[in-house]
Amino acid sequence: MAAKSTTADTGATAGKKSNVSKDELLKYYREMLLIRRFEEKAGQLYGMGLIGGFCHLYIGQEAVVVGLEACTKEGDKRVTSYRDHGHMLACGMDANGVMAELTGREGGYSRGKGGSMHMFSREKHFYGGHGIVGAQVPIGAGLAMADKYKGNDNVTFTYFGDGAANQGQVYETYNMAELWDLPVIFVIENNGYAMGTSVKRSTKSTTLFGRGLAYGIPGEQVDGMDVLAVKAAGEKAVAHCRAGKGPYILEMMTYRYRGHSMSDPAKYRTREEVEKMKAEKDAIEHVRDLLLGAGLANEDELKAIDKQIKDVVNASAEFAKDSPEPSVSELYTDIYA
Amino acid sequence: MAIDVLMPALSPTMEEGTLAKWLVAEGDHVKSGQIIAEIETDKATMEFEAVDEGIVGKILVAAGTAGVKVNDPILRLIEAGEDANAAPAPAAAKAAPVAAAPLAAAPTAAAVAVVSKASPDWPAGTPMKTMTVREALREAMAEEMRANPNVMLMGEEVGEYQGAYKISQGLLDEFGPKRVVDTPITEIGFTGIAVGAAWGGLNPIVEFMTFNFSLQAIDHILNSAAKTNYMSGGQLGCPIVFRGANGAAARVGAQHSQDFAAWYASIPGLKVVMPYSAADAKGLLKQAIRDPNPVVFLENEIMYGQSFEVPDLPDFTIPFGKARIWREGTDATIVSFGIGMRYALEAADILAKEGLSIEVIDLRTLRPLDYDTVLASIQKTNRCVCVEEGFPVASMSDHLASTIMQRAFDYLDAPVITCTGKDVPMPYAANLEKLALVTTAEVVAAVKSVCYR
Repeated sequence: MAAKSTTADTGATAGKKSNVSKDELLKYYREMLLIRRFEEKAGQLYGMGLIGGFCHLYIGQEAVVVGLEACTKEGDKRVTSYRDHGHMLACGMDANGVMAELTGREGGYSRGKGGSMHMFSREKHFYGGHGIVGAQVPIGAGLAMADKYKGNDNVTFTYFGDGAANQGQVYETYNMAELWDLPVIFVIENNGYAMGTSVKRSTKSTTLFGRGLAYGIPGEQVDGMDVLAVKAAGEKAVAHCRAGKGPYILEMMTYRYRGHSMSDPAKYRTREEVEKMKAEKDAIEHVRDLLLGAGLANEDELKAIDKQIKDVVNASAEFAKDSPEPSVSELYTDIYA
Repeated sequence: MAIDVLMPALSPTMEEGTLAKWLVAEGDHVKSGQIIAEIETDKATMEFEAVDEGIVGKILVAAGTAGVKVNDPILRLIEAGEDANAAPAPAAAKAAPVAAAPLAAAPTAAAVAVVSKASPDWPAGTPMKTMTVREALREAMAEEMRANPNVMLMGEEVGEYQGAYKISQGLLDEFGPKRVVDTPITEIGFTGIAVGAAWGGLNPIVEFMTFNFSLQAIDHILNSAAKTNYMSGGQLGCPIVFRGANGAAARVGAQHSQDFAAWYASIPGLKVVMPYSAADAKGLLKQAIRDPNPVVFLENEIMYGQSFEVPDLPDFTIPFGKARIWREGTDATIVSFGIGMRYALEAADILAKEGLSIEVIDLRTLRPLDYDTVLASIQKTNRCVCVEEGFPVASMSDHLASTIMQRAFDYLDAPVITCTGKDVPMPYAANLEKLALVTTAEVVAAVKSVCYR
């Protein structure tokens, strides 16, 4: 049983690896940047009143989902919480469809009826987008149960935060997932804060993955700001699951730069703390440094990528503004399958 | 001094049972705590221990006797040298006829005979067989599991224990542990897992030992199962059945005696079924398992052992949203569902003797709800009483009364009366429990009231 605890300095290890190809690094750079620019744009549209309600941005945590998506194969499933835009983009869902859902338009993934927290794509095996903290955890195990029942080797990535990690249903799920050897990876995105309550103020557990050990589930803590470390841990977890050995827990130590939602004044932490993380641990800057430092790319190449991403994001915003609101006849459709 | 050992009650709803086997013979010495017999209830075969010591003077009820009433003497313990026939006289006299009595016909089974017209649910001339609601539910699941390899059952004690109420008896043997999954006692966890499994391509049947425990899991029933098809713009339907005993059983107190019909029926995205007869239980459960949506299927422990005529067909289903008219009438309409139908039909019988012709409608499904059948009946009778065991506030009956008022006001000759359970947590005391439920007398009085009699 693996119970290895690694801390933030795995970034240095991964950074010195010479066997990471230019293409791979550029892919991570592009995918993380897309999430960041998309979220920045979403924040802007929210400020303009084009996006309503709750809107939870993923800025700062990009390496987690990008690194883990790099470990997936066709057929693997993913399910997450309401902080879900990054997960959708990372699994290949269309930026236009995601942004138009944020604006509540016909062109959105749920045709405007789900919103920021409730988007799905059967095609991309993305099962939401869940607004109830912790509810996606047994759902993820259930998706894995269906795959095991059908006898394939698919794996389900079940993402939840440090806040959800205190929900009782998480532990009910751990118990059954291990009991039934379900191929599910529990990804705890530990960004340090459950809304405004820091991990230290909500538990005396020193690690969150460690709670899985009580159920017999192996796991580890990973530097979630280092996409290469995430990828390496993800490969290990995936191999465990695909081999039929049951669930695995990855506790990703990460950080959210923005508030819990758009209406969060963030009085529970200092500006210095946030700035320090941005300056020292930023996941995108890390890959950028690797690319430039190793001479794998130059500033012009990266600028060109920045421009491409900006164009995609701007186009998604235009699409989301231009797409009409759903027809009033949509009110009574889709209640039943 | 001789002691008569009495037939024990081995479950909250047991009124009689079968004396399956004696493990002692006349003349044996019995010690306190010794297992002396196996008794079969409608749920399980249980071992029965002696409390008192003594010599088996006489076995009063032969092994294999069915229909032995609770508290009837079944065995006489004597002391050495005592005469087995000279004993606690009053009880002994009762023993012989009981031992010979056949299984008493359930009072509700007789109601089947009063159905006034052929069922629209199966062709005329269909052969019928007598079956309990329990057997009907089990057959429905077994048939659907045979037909579709993705149908599976999960819940507490559904497998090795053969079901807390024996509904899943034999399914583990036939389908194996992959498809009949015993879960730990973790309702929210296994319900969420079942919802995920449904999205992953399975057709889970989730058994709640009773629906009281569904409260632990109600977030997944409502927020995960019921709403996601809508929230996903139609991408993610959830083909799942949540079933189990709902409503009051007998003497189990407030936490285990609640009818959730109105709760679940208020949720768009759910379908809600509450059958009364065994035929409806079977046909509607098969329909529920085939439905691509989440279906809440509300059973009743007291009804499990009741027998009805069920069509002897290899495969039949009953569509949702179709009420059944159990008896036609012209003076007033009683609308009910589930166990409420017992009171409705009993009341109609009593009222018939007093010259009132009562139409009795069993809604069968609460969502979708067959408004047309109800409204058409009221256009004919102009009077309506709604009957259910649930709490009175925001009840199904309230919803029906309001709908009738809005859509058939001009046809009403009297206000609609709602007969429901009382606005109290279920008491334990037997007398109070009876008062807390709706009674046939209340339904009779309500019908007379709307008929100004």
